[in-house]
Amino acid sequence: MKLTLRVWRQKGPEDKGRMVTYEVDDLSPDMSFLEMLDVLNERLALKGEEPIAFDHDCREGICGMCSLVINGTPHGPERATTTCQLHLRKFKDGEVVDIEPWRARPFPVIKDLVVDRSAFDKIIEAGGYISAPTGSAPDAHAVPVPKPDADRAFEAAECIGCGACVAACPNGSAMLFTAAKVTHLGLLPQGQPERDSRVVDMVATHDDLGFGGCTNTGECTVACPKGIPLDTIARLNHDYLKAGGKR
Amino acid sequence: MAVTGGLLLLFVTAHMVGNLKFFFGAEEFDGYAAWLRTIGAPALHHEWFLWIQRTGLLLCVLLHIGTATSLAVRARRARPVRYRHRPAVQGSYAARTMRWGGVIVALFVVYHLLDLTVGVLNPHGEHGEVHANVVADFAPERWYVTLFYALAVIVLGFHVQHGLRSAFQSLGRGDARTLDLVATGYAVALVVGFLAVPVAVLVGVGS
Ligand code: SF4
Ligand code: FES
Repeated sequence: MKLTLRVWRQKGPEDKGRMVTYEVDDLSPDMSFLEMLDVLNERLALKGEEPIAFDHDCREGICGMCSLVINGTPHGPERATTTCQLHLRKFKDGEVVDIEPWRARPFPVIKDLVVDRSAFDKIIEAGGYISAPTGSAPDAHAVPVPKPDADRAFEAAECIGCGACVAACPNGSAMLFTAAKVTHLGLLPQGQPERDSRVVDMVATHDDLGFGGCTNTGECTVACPKGIPLDTIARLNHDYLKAGGKR
Repeated sequence: MAVTGGLLLLFVTAHMVGNLKFFFGAEEFDGYAAWLRTIGAPALHHEWFLWIQRTGLLLCVLLHIGTATSLAVRARRARPVRYRHRPAVQGSYAARTMRWGGVIVALFVVYHLLDLTVGVLNPHGEHGEVHANVVADFAPERWYVTLFYALAVIVLGFHVQHGLRSAFQSLGRGDARTLDLVATGYAVALVVGFLAVPVAVLVGVGS
């Protein structure tokens, strides 16, 4: 099959950048989206042109590195699927496909489709951890956790920190990511000591970094490859108000 | 947003329910309007309650617009480079029309005050003769006014639908499906309640 790609090319952080069109033929519908870019890059290299820079690592949907806005949708048209797990059979033969990087001020473009997501690390540093004694691992059943809590915590812990929620949000807010971390740790007994300071500090850091404010539009959940639900943000707000009341 | 919006919604709801007194005839409707001016009496002087309420509402409106503006500014700053290709946002219609919908509602409120509170834009425009003012306002030959009112009320309905849902979410309550149902039901009830009076006048009730 054949696709017409319009790809964002940007030499470096200072470059203005532009969309460049590539005709790519001889593709198999069974290829993944990233394999298709690999093929295109090989052809570009043979012609002596600069290959397209894009992020990827595990290519099995668990690391959160891949990050492409495909036809205006982060991670492309398939729901609950990362870019690396997306296949060309989801596209029509001859289709025009636009590929852009995540767009947000706290995620500056490094090159082409690669953005710097260390802003997420800053949010984690502000409170996305627990205090635990080091040494040998405790017995798994030493601290009982109610099953429904464990399930919800696990659901939130599925967040792979990819940033698609920010890319999709009309406000450029990272609230779904932040809420996933707050929910994941706040539901478990090990996360209790820092529960109040965690939510307050993480939200403050989130705002300082220049992410927008959440207006509950729900775009994030639709784009999230892990389907983190919107009510995770309600949990964050709940914890935030409670923590504020105690201060 | 959530708190000021909630207070405004309480007022809007009371306003809608009060409007329905229209259907009990001129005497009762005008009497109701006059009674509104005596709330709190004798402790409060004539119309004092009304002015306290108006001040509170104005404060809520200003705070509501203030926070909305700051959110819009932050959103703009957070995405300096826009997407070249951006399909219509996938969230609900209500969610994506909050900002412009809010502006429309604000403009409508100004018109509405000049029309039925101050009376300068009303064809009858007599203080105290509320029923007659309303009937004159929505007379069939002034169908465009009725249409404008209807559109504004529908816009308000959308605003309330997302606003109510979002307010619960911001205050930390979030079972998505229940909230959707409650918010939609509430918005529909509000719109129907508000439309009842103009539509009734249009088809000749009360004249
Ligand atoms: S919440 Fe979803 S979209 Fe956002 S970073 Fe986590 S996995 Fe990615
Ligand atoms: S490359 Fe690891 S999630 Fe896509």
